[in-house]
Amino acid sequence: MTMFWTIWISVISLGTIVGCWALLAWTLSNNTGVAEGEEMGHEFDGITEINNQLPKWWTNMFYLTMIWGVLYLIAYPGLGAYKGLLGWESSNQGILTLAQSQEELLLDIAEDNLNEYAITIKRAQERFDPIFEEYARTPVEELSLNEEAIQVGKRLFLQNCAQCHGSDGAGQRGGFPNLRDNDWLYGGSGDKIKETLILGRKGAMPGWLAPFGEQGIKEIVAYTLSLSGRVVDQGLATAGKARFITCAACHGMDGKGNQMIGSPNLTDNIWLYGGSERAVTETLNYGRNGVMPAFDKTLGENKIHVVSAYVYSLSK
Amino acid sequence: MKNPHELIEKNVGLLTILVLIAISFGAMAQILPLMFQQQVLEPVKGLRPYTALEMEGRDIYIREGCVGCHSQMIRPFRSETERYGHYSVAGESVWERPFLWGSKRTGPDLARVGERYSDEWHRVHLINPRNVVPESNMPGYPWLAENILTGKHTARKLEVNKMLGVPYTEEDIAGAKAAVEGKTEMEALIAYLQSLGTHLQ
Repeated sequence: MTMFWTIWISVISLGTIVGCWALLAWTLSNNTGVAEGEEMGHEFDGITEINNQLPKWWTNMFYLTMIWGVLYLIAYPGLGAYKGLLGWESSNQGILTLAQSQEELLLDIAEDNLNEYAITIKRAQERFDPIFEEYARTPVEELSLNEEAIQVGKRLFLQNCAQCHGSDGAGQRGGFPNLRDNDWLYGGSGDKIKETLILGRKGAMPGWLAPFGEQGIKEIVAYTLSLSGRVVDQGLATAGKARFITCAACHGMDGKGNQMIGSPNLTDNIWLYGGSERAVTETLNYGRNGVMPAFDKTLGENKIHVVSAYVYSLSK
Repeated sequence: MKNPHELIEKNVGLLTILVLIAISFGAMAQILPLMFQQQVLEPVKGLRPYTALEMEGRDIYIREGCVGCHSQMIRPFRSETERYGHYSVAGESVWERPFLWGSKRTGPDLARVGERYSDEWHRVHLINPRNVVPESNMPGYPWLAENILTGKHTARKLEVNKMLGVPYTEEDIAGAKAAVEGKTEMEALIAYLQSLGTHLQ
């Protein structure tokens, strides 16, 4: 803040306080031309106005607020660039990038040059960082047996994951996977779950209506449904099997999917977008593009480690 | 004049003027200097103007009154930054006219909702929030998926923003109508939501 604005703000702020004081002093003197205690000459419905002083308790409170105002402006930053005797600061506001913000915050903490935000972050770091670091040293599979860590993971899950996967982790219709059923698109090992959380995932099932036409789709749907033991029109399914060679590129000849690329297993009767004939037809016609957002920036690796342990524990 | 106060008491026009002068001191000391501070004028490094589609989405956000229940202002408290992400800074809002910081949180803060959920989640959630979040008390907005944008005023909106200092190029403005025409309001709103808070990088 430039000197000009500091002076501008100080003159107005302090001037206002001085002005209030002067105004109060002036109104306390008798400028009415009527002696104190005498009638002012107004009368309405038998009630007359008498020239009285302002009440003492009221004027004293007014003085006290002015004194309070001055003390506050001395102690806290209120007058332009003046920082106040207590040196209070809220947070680093002038930052232009996340990296810069992080750098300044860590520097503030290291140099004990603490603003209000840095104080709370420092306290949290001292209290929680050792716990999360301890957890991070334990493999996800092992951590999933730690009751306390699971409680922490559950809190984080409810805050960050439940919106899509449900508060019990059982997923939602329309492409939000169930995390309890031990059926994994990208793999259910601790490391794989962690990788999914850190990097996010992008499903890419293309639509096949154009190349196969309606009849072709009908046949593939019949064959696909037959893979999980559903009763279908055998004629259609046989025709569909011949076409399935295209699908096998991702889903495998046996239709069991491929966790390397996240293509679902089609033989287990677990359906991400619904297993009705209509839903599967829709999937084949127009494709599906499920997105799992990346959480590395939101949570950081140590917290992701704990969430992974919680997710891992859901299907055990 | 024996009693100068009587003059003020009996002239409502004069009283109004004096009251306005008195309350303007606060604005002059608190609001006016802010308008000239570096940190409210300098955009954060990653800031880019809204695309035409996002701009239309922003207007739908305003029309549907989203700001009545959702703030876009993460305060610098750990309890907020743990949940929503980095606190909001002035450099992110330099091209916001009007800003949509809001002050009511019936629903969560949206300042950094961008890229947090998939587009598909937003689509399902906007049609009927309870389809994905059973506990939600947010109303559904199914008509957004049916209303088609014409793009009639889109170029004009960008032009006005350009006039106010947002760095839109001539191509942006020329292509504005084509960029939104035929898209649904749902697509526009989702594009806007997905951009929120992603510019501070």
